[in-house]
Amino acid sequence: MTIPVSAADWIVINTELILVGTAMIVLLLDAFNRRISDRISPWITLVGVVGGLVSLGFLWGQEYTGFAGMLVIDSFSVLVKMAILFGTGLAVLLSVDYLRREELAQGEYYGLLLLSTVGMLLLTSSANLIMIFLSLEMLSIALYVLTGYARMRPRSQEAGMKYFLLGSFSAAILVYGVALIYGALGTVDLAGVAEALTAPGILSNPVLLAGAGLVLVGLGFKVAAVPFQMWTPDVYEGAPSPVTAFMSVSTKAAAFAALTRVLVFAFSDLSGVWMAVIWAIAALTMIFGNLVAIAQNNIKRMLAYSSIAHAGYILVAVASANQLGIQSIPFYLIAYTFMNIGAWAVVTVITRKGEEGVGLSDYTGLFWRNPLLAVSMGLFMFSLAGIPPTAGFTAKIYLFMAAVNANLIGLLIVAVVTTIISAYFYLRVTVIMFMHRPSEVSAVHVPIAAYVAIIIAVVATLWLFLFPNSTQAFTEAVWRMGL
Amino acid sequence: MPPLSWYLYVSAALFALGLFGMMTRRNSIAMLMSIELMLNAANINLVAFSAYLRGHTMVGQMFALFVIALAAAEAAIGLAIVINIYRTVKHIDADEINLMKW
Amino acid sequence: MLVQYLPFLILFIVAVAFSGGAILLSRLLGPKRPNPVKLAPYESGMVPIGGTRRPFHIRYYLVAMLFILFDIEIIFLYPWAVIYLTARAARLFLLLEMIVFLGVLMIGYIYIWRKGALDWE
Repeated sequence: MTIPVSAADWIVINTELILVGTAMIVLLLDAFNRRISDRISPWITLVGVVGGLVSLGFLWGQEYTGFAGMLVIDSFSVLVKMAILFGTGLAVLLSVDYLRREELAQGEYYGLLLLSTVGMLLLTSSANLIMIFLSLEMLSIALYVLTGYARMRPRSQEAGMKYFLLGSFSAAILVYGVALIYGALGTVDLAGVAEALTAPGILSNPVLLAGAGLVLVGLGFKVAAVPFQMWTPDVYEGAPSPVTAFMSVSTKAAAFAALTRVLVFAFSDLSGVWMAVIWAIAALTMIFGNLVAIAQNNIKRMLAYSSIAHAGYILVAVASANQLGIQSIPFYLIAYTFMNIGAWAVVTVITRKGEEGVGLSDYTGLFWRNPLLAVSMGLFMFSLAGIPPTAGFTAKIYLFMAAVNANLIGLLIVAVVTTIISAYFYLRVTVIMFMHRPSEVSAVHVPIAAYVAIIIAVVATLWLFLFPNSTQAFTEAVWRMGL
Repeated sequence: MPPLSWYLYVSAALFALGLFGMMTRRNSIAMLMSIELMLNAANINLVAFSAYLRGHTMVGQMFALFVIALAAAEAAIGLAIVINIYRTVKHIDADEINLMKW
Repeated sequence: MLVQYLPFLILFIVAVAFSGGAILLSRLLGPKRPNPVKLAPYESGMVPIGGTRRPFHIRYYLVAMLFILFDIEIIFLYPWAVIYLTARAARLFLLLEMIVFLGVLMIGYIYIWRKGALDWE
């Protein structure tokens, strides 16, 4: 018997190894010296995240398969991993002063954040249904704890419990679906699944269809697509703001990577069936997310519904399932990472201790209280609405082009109409910030780390609009490489 | 050996029980148990398929081991979350823990 | 096929008959002179204190949770042991791999220990 571990295996997981190592250092430091850990663990975490980004830079343009086809590195996964790590890094910057303000322990927070990130990175690379389940659980279990991390705040506790119950429920559905697929095809390897599906008559196998449907439900929960979105607003509202920022972008990125890999790579022969389903889910998600967001007066809930709506837009790209669609997914995810984390960063610094001050009224006249903050928030709102000059605009254009190429005119119309509707509630925030001058002006204190995060997000949001070509080479490679 | 379908019936019944429990039970510990039922239904499927499929692939058995390990991790996290809630509100009824609407 | 299980069936019948018979016979033949001490629930010879339906100390759940986590990791040792037995080459590598796995668990153990999760008071 030979040992099937080779050098390529270590290359495939080197980013994950860096982050796991960092997580262990952070945890052990916290266990042995709480005082030092409180001071330096965020910076150790940042060093780890930057190290992970550097290692991704080395992986760029290369293709590896490791651990007997369990994990793959291709341009698609590298790009999505970059989005995830950007999300983690910015979330760390937000957390430093947030944790101090809310008087929460530092060390284990960063350990959990890193371990959740590792789960996401693995999910992005997974080319095997076992790995998809394992990494999905890894990211979720750490996130359940992070969601309930403000242990004394009832809303955070409640969010943790709801996320846990519905998250593990969806995981159970997913694993049952995987078991059925395994029974129908005899393999859980995505490449093996794609190959098995070419056999005559297999496509109408009810066990296979049931299994694929359950897997779709399980992943639908994670990306918060309608009708599996009911946990999203409560969890996003209750969780500590930096955690929400992190999970709204990074979890979404990882789950969409897995969804794309499963549907477009493995089940492409079954596209006649899932195409219609994804079409309907995408349309429903966009309509529901945008319409309900209008009625929200709590900014965290509004952003939660906005996040549901954005899942719908990305699903349009998945439904297109063509070259442009697959390319636009990483681009959209990266753009969404910056604009959404930026918006959550502003929310984080506006809230006061105990997560007070999340009403829209708290944003009245923000421009007079802190112009830089208000202008940044306005930019993020423009970007989320898809108005130039922002990354959100470019990302949406790519997406709509993909839908046109795939001849999904009906879906395109839904996407355009809901985008126009969404402008209402995004711009409402902007109007509140700029138009109503408050009677008394009190300055908003913004910690330096949070400022850095916001400025990075602003620059990236503008950069992706001004120089989409700088990433175009990347996204074009996505099609050439893995797919 | 009994036919494969017997195992599948048992597992489908377990899965349906878990699903039913998830929908109807309001005690969060009972919901946690329902989830465990569903995971174990999947385990039965995996092991049964592993034994009956041509070539006797070990994949299903290995997968079942991972599912068991993760189910334990989930149970531990779930219990921790529930205990934490119990300390503040003194009950674990999922319907009552509802500061935010679902 | 089923015949292989015949000894189990016989053993099962004998076990039920023996234990059932013992209880039944002592019921029928034994003298009955009850007093409060005899009727009290048996608690390892101690005098019982309080009812049985008391809530457990919160520490109990914590230790139970940690026990489950570390206990369940052992299942990964079984497939590893099977591979290790049949492996001809690279046994050292396999051993190192398992040591790394256990080392990661060890870090978790050190963490909970240093955090005081195992202290009863």
